[in-house]
Amino acid sequence: MAAVKLSYFAWVRERIGKTEETIVVPEDVRDVGQLIDWLSGRGEEYAYAFENAKTIRAALDRKHVKHDAPLGDAREIAFFPPMTGG
Amino acid sequence: MSARIDVRIQREDFDVAAEIAALTKGRGDVGAVVTFTGLCRDESGALSALELEHYPGMAEEEIARVAQAAAQRWPILGAVAIHRFGKLAPGENIVLVATTSPHRAAAFEAAAFIMDFLKTRAPFWKKEHRRDGGVGDWVDAKEADDAALRRWGA
Repeated sequence: MAAVKLSYFAWVRERIGKTEETIVVPEDVRDVGQLIDWLSGRGEEYAYAFENAKTIRAALDRKHVKHDAPLGDAREIAFFPPMTGG
Repeated sequence: MSARIDVRIQREDFDVAAEIAALTKGRGDVGAVVTFTGLCRDESGALSALELEHYPGMAEEEIARVAQAAAQRWPILGAVAIHRFGKLAPGENIVLVATTSPHRAAAFEAAAFIMDFLKTRAPFWKKEHRRDGGVGDWVDAKEADDAALRRWGA
């Protein structure tokens, strides 16, 4: 898979300590949930951000998706908490 | 019916009267304008500000998708949604939704629908700044906001 841009928002961003980064997703990571699991293994800041994985929301190319969504050829993947606008 | 939809994400304030004028000027087919304005609360004096973070690009696109869905469901003539970001003091405007239609029911319902979905789908997050000087917590999403969607069959 080609390099993808990951973006983080709100407390997910604060816990990971980055706004965005570019990564190469391993071949065997095929959907959003697997990507969360893989990221969680990259360090304690990621494990902290994703400790309650079910609450984490994701977007592929700026559209909301569920955790079973295949990554496909998404160029931009975002992770964030439930939204509190309005 | 093709509704004119206008979505803006901005740091600066908005002028409700000017937005109404823009929706209605020069047209004779608008019989109803409904506006909703959401303001920053101080939570019984505890907060000095709310800081709104957003996902640029997706915020505009997601609110536009919600407004388009409203336009497919009700015969509205126009919809404007403006959401601010940055640090906002109690009493300041956060969000405006305005809808127009020939008759009031469509404008009322479409405005409520857009607000309900905007709250749970538009990528914005609020962080509290406390009057005692501390930076407080991120505001938690409310179950009541998810429950509000059920009346629309979501």
